[in-house]
Amino acid sequence: MSKLGSIGARLYRGEVGYDFIGKRKIWYGISILITITAIVGLAVRGLNFGIEFSGGAVFTTPKTSVSASQAQHQAESAASGHQAVVQKLGSGGLRIQISGLDTKQSLPVQEELAKDLNVPVKDVNTQLVGPSWGEEIANKAWLGLGIFMVLVVLYLAIAFEWRMALAALIALIHDLTITVGVYALVGFEVTPGTVIGLLTILGYSLYDTVVVFDSLKEASKDLTKQNRFTYSEIANRSINGTLVRSINTTVVALLPVAGLLFVGGGVLGAGMLNDISLALFVGLAAGAYSSIFIATPLVADLKNREPQMKALTKRVMTKRAAAAAKGASQEDGQDEASGVAVAGDDDGAAAVVGPRHQPASRNRGRGRPSGKRR
Amino acid sequence: MAAPKKGRRAPTGQGHPGRTLILVLIVMAGLIGGMFYAGTLTPRLGIDLAGGTSFTLQAENMPGKPNAINETNMKTASGIMERRVNGLGVSEAEVQTQGTDHIVVNIPRGTDAKQARQQVGTTAQLGFRPVLTTTAGTKAPEPEPSPSKGANGKGKGGDQAKGTQQHASSSPTPGAKPTTQGRAVTDSLKKAPSGKPSPSGPAKPTAPAVPPAPGGDQIPPALQKQLNALDCSTKKALAVAGEKAAAANPSSPVVACKDDGSQKYVLGPVGVEGTDVKDAKAVFDSQQGQGWIVQMDFTSDGGKKFADVTGKLATKAQPQNQFAIVLDGAVVSDPRVSERLNGGNATISGGFTQQSAEDLGNMLSYGALPLSFKIVDETSVTAALGGEQLHAGLLAGAIGLALVIIYLVAYYRGLALVALASLGVSAILTYAIMTLLGPAIGFALNLPAVCGAIVAIGITADSFIVYFERIRDEIREGRTLRPAVERGWPRARRTILVSDFVSFLAAAVLFIVTVGKVKGFAFTLGLTTVLDVVVVFLFTKPLMTMLAKRKFFANGHPWSGLDPKRLGAKPPLRRRRSAPTQTKEA
Repeated sequence: MSKLGSIGARLYRGEVGYDFIGKRKIWYGISILITITAIVGLAVRGLNFGIEFSGGAVFTTPKTSVSASQAQHQAESAASGHQAVVQKLGSGGLRIQISGLDTKQSLPVQEELAKDLNVPVKDVNTQLVGPSWGEEIANKAWLGLGIFMVLVVLYLAIAFEWRMALAALIALIHDLTITVGVYALVGFEVTPGTVIGLLTILGYSLYDTVVVFDSLKEASKDLTKQNRFTYSEIANRSINGTLVRSINTTVVALLPVAGLLFVGGGVLGAGMLNDISLALFVGLAAGAYSSIFIATPLVADLKNREPQMKALTKRVMTKRAAAAAKGASQEDGQDEASGVAVAGDDDGAAAVVGPRHQPASRNRGRGRPSGKRR
Repeated sequence: MAAPKKGRRAPTGQGHPGRTLILVLIVMAGLIGGMFYAGTLTPRLGIDLAGGTSFTLQAENMPGKPNAINETNMKTASGIMERRVNGLGVSEAEVQTQGTDHIVVNIPRGTDAKQARQQVGTTAQLGFRPVLTTTAGTKAPEPEPSPSKGANGKGKGGDQAKGTQQHASSSPTPGAKPTTQGRAVTDSLKKAPSGKPSPSGPAKPTAPAVPPAPGGDQIPPALQKQLNALDCSTKKALAVAGEKAAAANPSSPVVACKDDGSQKYVLGPVGVEGTDVKDAKAVFDSQQGQGWIVQMDFTSDGGKKFADVTGKLATKAQPQNQFAIVLDGAVVSDPRVSERLNGGNATISGGFTQQSAEDLGNMLSYGALPLSFKIVDETSVTAALGGEQLHAGLLAGAIGLALVIIYLVAYYRGLALVALASLGVSAILTYAIMTLLGPAIGFALNLPAVCGAIVAIGITADSFIVYFERIRDEIREGRTLRPAVERGWPRARRTILVSDFVSFLAAAVLFIVTVGKVKGFAFTLGLTTVLDVVVVFLFTKPLMTMLAKRKFFANGHPWSGLDPKRLGAKPPLRRRRSAPTQTKEA
């Protein structure tokens, strides 16, 4: 673990790090590829809506000794692939709801069910049911989503800046598309659980992006007052600085969901549990991935179009060229020392000559109650 | 930079970490005590996990509207029922149409079935009708009040009688509960109206008990006969009378009973309809001592109509200056009007309990059902998801949590104790609040919500992780633990607040805008987000401050998770010699 800890330290100091921004084109490419796959999957296979959305048939049987879970397996095999919801009624009978059946299709299923459950066919009452998740719920949900998107973009634009808001929105759409696409490809039924899962991801994806942006904002404070780092480099360092946090958070969030998906779902096969945990698993993973590999590089791209940032890049390059002429060794040392300065908040403006002496004076404060010497 | 920070630090952090911790513990103890007091130790589970009760309602043909039972009306009706039983979206009730004329309503176990029956079965057809004449509620053998002067040509007795007749013949009510509708209202309003002829302010016509008095308008003989024949003395008779009156044509006069059977009326055509009510809510009236009343706001159109009707009525003599508020065929209240009421709102008073006033307010806000329904079947149903789903889910969740604990302990070592204690506090608070919300607002937990709570573990843990990483970063800078804990906090705090605000925004917008399960989800999300902030601010931070004083952590024991060496902290900055070289480079 100490190894991990020291990697964390080195990441923090910028000694090691992955060049997220530099290699962004690769990741953009991968994301576009996945997104296209998801969209194609969605277009070709479509979503398989459950009974709550599309309605279906409901079979009511007389008193039977078959248990609800047995009946569920039988009903699902009778309805070849459609999901069944089975409830035992107070009378001892069963209520079996199967999605996607119309009047014609429900007849053979009724016969099959009667045979399986060992009751006369005429005693199985068949009716079509409408969706319990009506259009109104869906419409209002879309409206709510729309309003939320507008507000969150406004909020991010004010709290951060519009580039970050835009990047966060793109990352969010990216995450949701991938999740829905994977859902279409796997072919699970869309249940209210899926929708709830998607909404959970909506919140999580933005949350995760905002945490990364917050450190980026902090790191890029007073950026134009120095001329040692370009915006891209600062962004890269801030991603690396929060990498440990990102990994830990993702692991902690994903482990229970993975448990639900692989242990719970794996043991039981299809079911509501699987629907939700699949949506959550894919979405959480995509959310963590996109805030690092997509959102932040996008911000850097947008930011680098600013005249100020272009000028900064130019200054930095000129200075580097000059430094390279002087000798590469000094450059290295400079990088390391200022890495600390950039990531630490108060010393963010360390580029100026003054604060250089601060570390020295800080020493004298050691051993005193905190803050006395800052 | 240093100065303001110092000032801020004192009150938030090191002030009295112990006190905040004790406060959290007291709140926890209070919530748990509340659970025992309320007698509910487990959260109410949704229908998918615990089963519940299922009603089947059949639409009935209404007289005069033979084709009313169609897909559109059924959809509208199920939408209205859904909102009535699931107004906050957290009760996990389900409503769906079945066949062409049935609606199935499922409510989770532990919900008040009687209340739910009333909520879905009541049509809530509201109308304001002028009173033409009124008399005591028993069946009168001889014609009572005399028809007298005045002319109000609105009476069309024939129509009315026909309507009533039609309804009586066309309501096939075999079995179950033929009178639910009528009874729903009468049950909830059985107390006598307050007998105070108080001055009716512009917004609050009160309900005076009016003695039977000769009316000012001509009452057609057919109606007079009906009035005489009308029996309001028994519950059953009331229900029958209510059903008849409810089915009457709104534009013709009708005979109706007072909901408690004390009065009967001949009422004029509907002046203001229930659809003109924009919003209705229960309020407690302490000024005039009427107890719980239902306050209605009219739409601008309805407000105008109401002003016109009251303006007309105010000029008339007793009892024709009264108007009756008729709900599903029963007169709920019959206030006297002394002036034109322009306020755009009105109240219904008369013996409500808090529950019945809230129910009525709900029903009026969500609108009347386009059809009337009767309950043809009521049965218990088992969980929609087999018990194995729940067990497997719990098992899998437990395994996942165990892995999280192992991971945290392995990575953060001693700090993991802080994280786990915080998660534990958060879990206890969430559990207790969800449990208490069951009886309070009908909150029920379904499987998606359980999964959402599991994801919330991640988001809550993230707050600690953000903070821990900050502390460790500070230690890497060469600070000792106590300053690190305090310096790391303001920045971690900002990150936590900014990101939690996004989650909270999502929850708030979705809760306000959406209906049904999405609303329920938004509620859960908002709750867990707020709890996350509360726990981090009031528990994790004070705990960290306190632990930072302990030698185990402060000295960076290898198992504390804060060992400067392991974290790769810079060498002690005491070495004065090295400092200048370093700074020169920077």
